[in-house]
Amino acid sequence: MRELTIKDAINEALAQEMAADDRVILFGEDIAGGAGRDEDYPEAADSWGGPFGVTKGLLGKFGRRRVIDTAIAETGFIGASVGAAVAGLRPVAEIMYVDFIGTSFDQLLNQAAKLRYIYGGKVSVPMVVRTVVGAGFRAGAEHSQTLYSLYTHIPGLKVVAPSTAYDAKGLLIAAIRDPDPVIFMEHKRLYMRKSEVPEEPYAIPLGVARIVREGTDVTVVGVQKMVHTSLDAAVALAAEGISCEVIDPRTYSPLDTETILTSVRKTGRLVVVDESHPRCSLATDIAALAAEHAFDSLRAPIRQVTAPHTPVPFSPPLEDLYIPSAERVAEACRSLVHHRKAMP
Amino acid sequence: MSSSKASASPEMETSLALYGSMSRIRQFEDRVHADVIADRLEGYVHCYAGEEAVGVGVIAQLRPDDWLTSTYRNHGHAIARGVPLEAIAGELFGRATGVDGGKGGSMHVADQNLGMIGGMGIVAAGLPIAAGAAFASKYRGEDRVAIAFFGDGAVHQGAFHEALEFASLFGLPVLFVCENNLYAETTAVDYHLLTDSVAAMAANYRMPGVRVDGMDVFAVRDVAAEAIARARAGAGPTLVEAMTYRYYGQYEGDTQTYKPPREIADYRARDPLLRFRATTSGRIDAGLLDEIDRQMATDVDAAFVAAEAAPWPDPTTLTADVYASWKD
Repeated sequence: MRELTIKDAINEALAQEMAADDRVILFGEDIAGGAGRDEDYPEAADSWGGPFGVTKGLLGKFGRRRVIDTAIAETGFIGASVGAAVAGLRPVAEIMYVDFIGTSFDQLLNQAAKLRYIYGGKVSVPMVVRTVVGAGFRAGAEHSQTLYSLYTHIPGLKVVAPSTAYDAKGLLIAAIRDPDPVIFMEHKRLYMRKSEVPEEPYAIPLGVARIVREGTDVTVVGVQKMVHTSLDAAVALAAEGISCEVIDPRTYSPLDTETILTSVRKTGRLVVVDESHPRCSLATDIAALAAEHAFDSLRAPIRQVTAPHTPVPFSPPLEDLYIPSAERVAEACRSLVHHRKAMP
Repeated sequence: MSSSKASASPEMETSLALYGSMSRIRQFEDRVHADVIADRLEGYVHCYAGEEAVGVGVIAQLRPDDWLTSTYRNHGHAIARGVPLEAIAGELFGRATGVDGGKGGSMHVADQNLGMIGGMGIVAAGLPIAAGAAFASKYRGEDRVAIAFFGDGAVHQGAFHEALEFASLFGLPVLFVCENNLYAETTAVDYHLLTDSVAAMAANYRMPGVRVDGMDVFAVRDVAAEAIARARAGAGPTLVEAMTYRYYGQYEGDTQTYKPPREIADYRARDPLLRFRATTSGRIDAGLLDEIDRQMATDVDAAFVAAEAAPWPDPTTLTADVYASWKD
C-alpha cells in the first residue's frame, strides 16, 4: 500500500470529505494564503496552505467559497463556526497553533461545548477545530504547548490526537462526520511521519484505542508523539528481556478505558507518557483510572513520565531536556519491573 | 567617526543617532536572515528589516523610564531601545548570555532595565499590557508613557479594541503604534481591513488617529514626539498608523510567494536608510553614513561571534523562574 505523511493524510481527508459533502467548509488564517493579492497577482493564491502547508491545494479544488482565509480574528471565525454548524454546515476551523486558542476560548468553552446540553439536546454543533501542538520545534513558550487536558476537561468537547498517518486520516473523517464539536490536534513534529494509508475514505470510531505493540510486563500508554517515544523505549527494553505493551488511546474524549484497563490487569504495571505539564493532565487522568479500577492488579506504583511543570523553553538543550525521552520511559519501566513490594 | 562627531551640531548628532539605530537594526536583521539560511540559527525568527524607521522614530522620543511592549517581530524595538546586541543575539542562539537566559528566544526579547516589558508571541497581546503600564504610571502620579507596537493584522483582535477602549476611558498615557506592513502574514491588508485606514479606527474610541509614512524616520519622529508629549501632559492616548513594509518573510523560511517581486523591489527603492540619505543629502556627508554602516556591521559581527561562543544555559534553569516563590 502507498505511504503518506500525516500532513498529506490530513489534506486527503479534508479533500475527500469536502468532495463528498458541500456542507464541509474550511475557516482559518492563511489556510490558503495570498488573499487580497491574488486578484492582481494570481501566483499569490495558495501561497501557504497554512504555516505547515497542510491545506495546500484545497483552494484549487474547492475555491475561496469553501476554503476561507479569515482575518486574525479567532473569536470571529471560531464563533462563526459554531453558528454555521448550528445552521447545518460542517465547518473545519484551523487555530494555527493551539497556543492561540486563548483569544477565542469562550466560543469553545462556553458555546460550542455547552449548547447541546443547555438547550436540552435540541442543538447540534458539528464542527472541527484543527490545531497544531507540540514542542521540539525551537518555537518557544507561546508556540509549543500541547494543552490536551484543557480540552479534555470540558464536557461537550471531543478530543483527538493522532500519532500516525493512517489514524490521522480516519480520525479526521470521523471528526468531520461527528455531530459534536471535535478538537483535532496535530503534532508539528509528526507531520512528516509516514505510514500506509488507504486511498478510499474511511472513518475510525472515536473512543477506540490502538494496541501498538503487545507485551506482558509493563503497559505503556503514550500520548500522541509519545507513542513513538514509548515504542523506542519498548524496543530497547525488549533487548533486556522486558516486554512492554504500548497503547495509543488516539482519542482522549471519549477515552477507551477498557483497552487500557485490560492491559494493566494483564501486565500489572503502568507507565503513562505525556509531553504535557504533569498537573491535571492526561497522564494523571489515566493513572487515576488504573488506580481506581485496576488497583488489585497493580504489582508496582504507577509511573508518569511527563514534561516538568514549566513553560516550554526556547534554548535547544533545555527544550530537549523538557521533552520526555525514550531513556526516561525505559528507566521508568525498569523501575517498575524491579519494584518489590514492602512486606506488610 | 569620533572626530566627525565632535564637530557635529546637536541636531546633526540627533539625526546621526537615528541613522545609527536604523543601521544597527538593518545589519542585525540581515545577519539573522543569513544565519537562518546557513542553518546556524534555529527556531521561529521574524525580521524587522524594512520597518526600521518606525521603531527608531518612536523609541528615540522615549525617556529611559518609559515602557514599551512589542511583538514576535521585536529585534528592532529592542535594538532601538538600547538592549545590548550580544544579549539579543545570545537569546536568538539560546545561550546563557541571552537577555532571557535563552529561555524566551527570538520572539520574547525583554529588558526591564530599559522598560522593554517584552515581545509577545500572540497577536495584539501587547496592547492591553501597555495600557496597564500606562495605568500604573497615571495611578502613581508619574508622567511615564507606554508604547505598544503591533501589526496591521492585530486590529481585528478583541485585545486591540478593548485596549483602546480602556486607554481612552481612563485617559491613559499610551501610544498604540500600528506597523502597517501591508500583510497579516500572507493576507493583504486590502483584503482584511475594511475601514479606510487603521488610523481611522481611533475615532471610535475618541482618540486622535494619525497616519504617517513609516519609511521616513523624521516624519515618524515628529508624529511620535507630539503624541508622546500629549500623553505625558495627561491628554490621553493616540493611535499611530505607520505605513511600512517588511523585506523578509513573515518568519524566516517564508518565501513570500504571496508578494509580487516588483512590489518588494519598489519598497526597497523607498528604503528608510536610503530615504534618510536622500533627505539629509548636502547636510550629512554620505561617507560618514557609510562609516556608520561599517561600524554597525562590525558591532553586529562581534555580537554574533560572542553569542555563538557563549555557553548553553545550565540545565537547572529549566525549572527556574516559573514562579517568584514556591512552596518546597
